[in-house]
Amino acid sequence: MTLALEIKGLQAWYGESHILHDMNLSVAQGEVVTLLGRNGAGRTTTLRAIMGLTGRRSGSIKINGIETIALPTHRIAHFGIGYCPEERAIFSSLSAEENLMLPPTLTAGGMSVDEIYQMFPNLEERRLSQGTRLSGGEQQMLAVARILRTGAKLLLLDEISEGLAPVIVQALSRMISTLKAKGYTIVMVEQNFRFAAPLADRFYVIEHGHVVAQFNANELSTKTDELNELLGV
Amino acid sequence: MEIFGIPLAAFLGQLLLGLVNGSFYAMLSLGLAVIFGLLNVINFAHGALYMMGAFLAWMGLQYFGISYWVMLLLAPLMIALFGMVIERSMLRWLYQLDHLYGLLLTFGVTLIIEGVFRSFYGVSGQPFAVPPQLAGATDLGFMMLPIYRAWVVVASLVVCLVTWFVIEKTRLGAYLRAGTENPRMVEAFGINVPLMVTLTYGFGVALAAFAGVLAAPVLQVSPLMGSNLIVTIFAVVVIGGMGSILGSIVTGLALGVIEGLTKVFYPELSSTVVFIIMAIVLLVRPAGLFGREK
Amino acid sequence: MSRKLGYTAVLLGLLIAPFALYPVLLMKILCFALFACAFNLLIGFTGLLSFGHAAFFGGAAYITGHALKMWGLPFELGILTGTLFAALVGWVIGGLAIRRQGIYFTMITLALAQMLFFVFLQAPFTGGEDGLQSIPRGYLLGVIDLRNDLTMYYVVLAIMVLSFALIVRVIHSPFGQVLKAVRENEPRATSLGYEVARYKSLAFVLSAALAGLAGSVKAVVLGFGTLTDVHWSMSGLVVLMTLVGGMGTLFGPVLGAIIIIALENKLGDVGAWLAQVTAVEWFNTLGESVTMITGLIFVICVLAFRRGIIGELVARLR
Repeated sequence: MTLALEIKGLQAWYGESHILHDMNLSVAQGEVVTLLGRNGAGRTTTLRAIMGLTGRRSGSIKINGIETIALPTHRIAHFGIGYCPEERAIFSSLSAEENLMLPPTLTAGGMSVDEIYQMFPNLEERRLSQGTRLSGGEQQMLAVARILRTGAKLLLLDEISEGLAPVIVQALSRMISTLKAKGYTIVMVEQNFRFAAPLADRFYVIEHGHVVAQFNANELSTKTDELNELLGV
Repeated sequence: MEIFGIPLAAFLGQLLLGLVNGSFYAMLSLGLAVIFGLLNVINFAHGALYMMGAFLAWMGLQYFGISYWVMLLLAPLMIALFGMVIERSMLRWLYQLDHLYGLLLTFGVTLIIEGVFRSFYGVSGQPFAVPPQLAGATDLGFMMLPIYRAWVVVASLVVCLVTWFVIEKTRLGAYLRAGTENPRMVEAFGINVPLMVTLTYGFGVALAAFAGVLAAPVLQVSPLMGSNLIVTIFAVVVIGGMGSILGSIVTGLALGVIEGLTKVFYPELSSTVVFIIMAIVLLVRPAGLFGREK
Repeated sequence: MSRKLGYTAVLLGLLIAPFALYPVLLMKILCFALFACAFNLLIGFTGLLSFGHAAFFGGAAYITGHALKMWGLPFELGILTGTLFAALVGWVIGGLAIRRQGIYFTMITLALAQMLFFVFLQAPFTGGEDGLQSIPRGYLLGVIDLRNDLTMYYVVLAIMVLSFALIVRVIHSPFGQVLKAVRENEPRATSLGYEVARYKSLAFVLSAALAGLAGSVKAVVLGFGTLTDVHWSMSGLVVLMTLVGGMGTLFGPVLGAIIIIALENKLGDVGAWLAQVTAVEWFNTLGESVTMITGLIFVICVLAFRRGIIGELVARLR
């Protein structure tokens, strides 16, 4: 089975700043992978590089076996990728519902609006409000919901639990489990280790723009010391 | 019958003329605002492209016998294409740079366009006949209503309101509004934002060309008609603020009317009243009447 | 050391220039050079693009012309009046424009300058479309007869050299450093405690005053002031001069002024030559197509040549 995502020797720059140095990672279909690391390690940049949102890139990024390193951002999305950025990027000039409906359908099989409103009843309630008037938690749900609508099966989620109340974080955790059961492939960047640990199949630890360690979920208990050192937790 | 010492018919006539000018102000500032919103470029060439629209209408009639009605559709299309070529070949290299380069480039384009037209047609105006279907005037009792001028106001309002509707109420408009706010994110959703930018520029200048065709029978078609107008449009845009579509339309119309009224009561002030209002707005409400501080 | 040598060489060159070239042309170039340097103070060092500098240049020309012709003021007082007028207008326009940032600032300077254009167009003393003619040169300090072109040249040269020295002094002063900080990173300058608005305003007034000085002198040299001097095309021309020469460099605007004026003068000849060589009749009209050529240079510079000549040289030599 082709890997959902295969990154080899990826380098990425923002202008003059060289952020990613020889990044290598891979994600199989249906896997949930978490990128761990300290702030500034290059985790967000990795996700952005996959979407083509950084400056110059070099190396290889294959999505479902197809090379995308030279493609413009809008073409990359059409491979069925949904990107949920750290800043959520809810548009203030659109209502909540307009935000939800904005991303075009990429492939069949996306969640319908009804299904989404079932999963997130708050969003239906606030659908006519201006996008940025929603609470932090609601905006986060909106940011995830809108990419679920598109049929994207490879999700890039950047710090979705950040700054949210524990009850919301739990809801998000349940949502990710559901998606995982449905066969979605998910790459998560997470500071909140306790949120990521029960969900992920594999972990990559990133430092200075490349992978310094990786391990499976079942190795977690044995690796705690190493992790603590690497993450400085 | 007199109003403030002026015969009513003359007063209303000037008011109508003010509305006509206001319609041009509204359409041109609308196009300028739409372009600025998405591209972050002040399209100095807006006036020159308005002039080209008028000239295309004149040339169509003069050299090819193409009617005004056809040119009303054809000229904006041609100018849209021309504008898209400008955007693709030149403007797009400047987006990463300081905004002033976009202004300087479009300023240069303005000079080139005007220079070319001036070298062929001098500075005097060419007359353009009102199309026969719209000629003449109807007697409303209290004033004579020139049909063509009424047409200009109605056509402009319709176009402006349709534009407003598309931008504020449709999916396509949502793409534009979202793209204005965060183009990279919109691209990440799979929308070809560079194409949207090009088309938006084309649309913005098409509005200018449409205004030009409307203007041809009212003003004289001269290579200078754009540059006479563009600075006033800048003032209109500063007064209205560029954050709101409806705001641009209302401001344009209102300023046209105010200018028209000033011509009646204080003619010496009429060419500067818009700038005076701009100065006042800057003192009192710098973001513009409808603007969001950007 | 080499810099002092360079300055001396240039100064010597300027001192003997009128014996090789037509003094009135040289004086015109000097005036525009000062105009461009004044403009550069604002864009190159403070990062503010004003598209209305013609208001100061041409406005001062009118005021000085009127002062000399109608009020009979001596040369030095007439120039002073024009310069002060420009400074005052600069204070008003700058004060209003500074209330907005970025491109809005530029549009406001353009619009307010246009307002002034209309005022001058309608004011009877300017002579409207015909312009203000027959401005007398008079005497400098009551003794030096300025009607002699050579004498006038050295007076103008002295004014220009002093003004240029002033600009250099300002740029290297603490005030100039703050301006550069504002250009680079305005929020940071504010957070450091500088009242940015006041600095911008001061820079604007200084720039306007020097532009006015240039305009005043030009009016006396050429003997007339016209609407062209207050039209926005003149504002655009000074932008072009600075762009071609190199924004933010010391000598860029001077070089730009020389090139553009030379081009304006010689365009007719170039056109005729092109018409001969290519047998394309239209080239003969090139002399009248200053607008178009100006636009073309603008486009080329903005796309491919943003640092200007001096800017490119400085970058290469580094």
